Amino acid sequence: MLVEIIVSLFLLIGAAFALIGSWGLVHLPDFYMRLHGPTKATTLGVGGMIVGSVIFFSTQGEGISLHELLITLFLFITAPVSAHMLAKAALHLQLERVEKTRDVARKNTSGPCGK
Amino acid sequence: MLSLAIEAAFAMMSLALLFNLWRVVRGPDLPDRILALDTMYINTIALIVLYGVHEQSGFYFEAALLIAVMGFVGTVAVVKYLLRGDIVE
Repeated sequence: MLVEIIVSLFLLIGAAFALIGSWGLVHLPDFYMRLHGPTKATTLGVGGMIVGSVIFFSTQGEGISLHELLITLFLFITAPVSAHMLAKAALHLQLERVEKTRDVARKNTSGPCGK
Repeated sequence: MLSLAIEAAFAMMSLALLFNLWRVVRGPDLPDRILALDTMYINTIALIVLYGVHEQSGFYFEAALLIAVMGFVGTVAVVKYLLRGDIVE
């Protein structure tokens, strides 16, 4: 019973983080802000989901099940890389931004994206 | 208890995927759409893991791992195309 409560808690936390990240993707005003929401929240969402499933399958009586953690490991490595490349592509295409998004590179150097 | 939580989590993940789809359709520029697709495959991984817990079967993790690898490769390929006009230089 206690295990069920803990697994339910982790699954709901994961789903809530994924939902908040996707809501950020819809709601935030420009691309550079939109990049912030899902790339952080959804990896945490998948992380919570996977911790829940590790606990669930480890208490099914077939020994500890850790191979799910491979997915978390891979996502935690690749999500910052893809976010960085998306930010580089957005700077390269010079997407529109709202005033609150600061553009430090343009003030300090002459190039459009600090190059 | 657990089945109720799983159903609630299913509903929340479906709503998240609908938000992502809205951004794919609406997104004013190409990086917005790529970001939405990226978020979509990550949410799909979470949904598949959730389905594995629902079915109490360990077979779904391989599918989730495969989607993780292929989604990352796809995102990097499209972004490379945006940055350089070519995928493999």
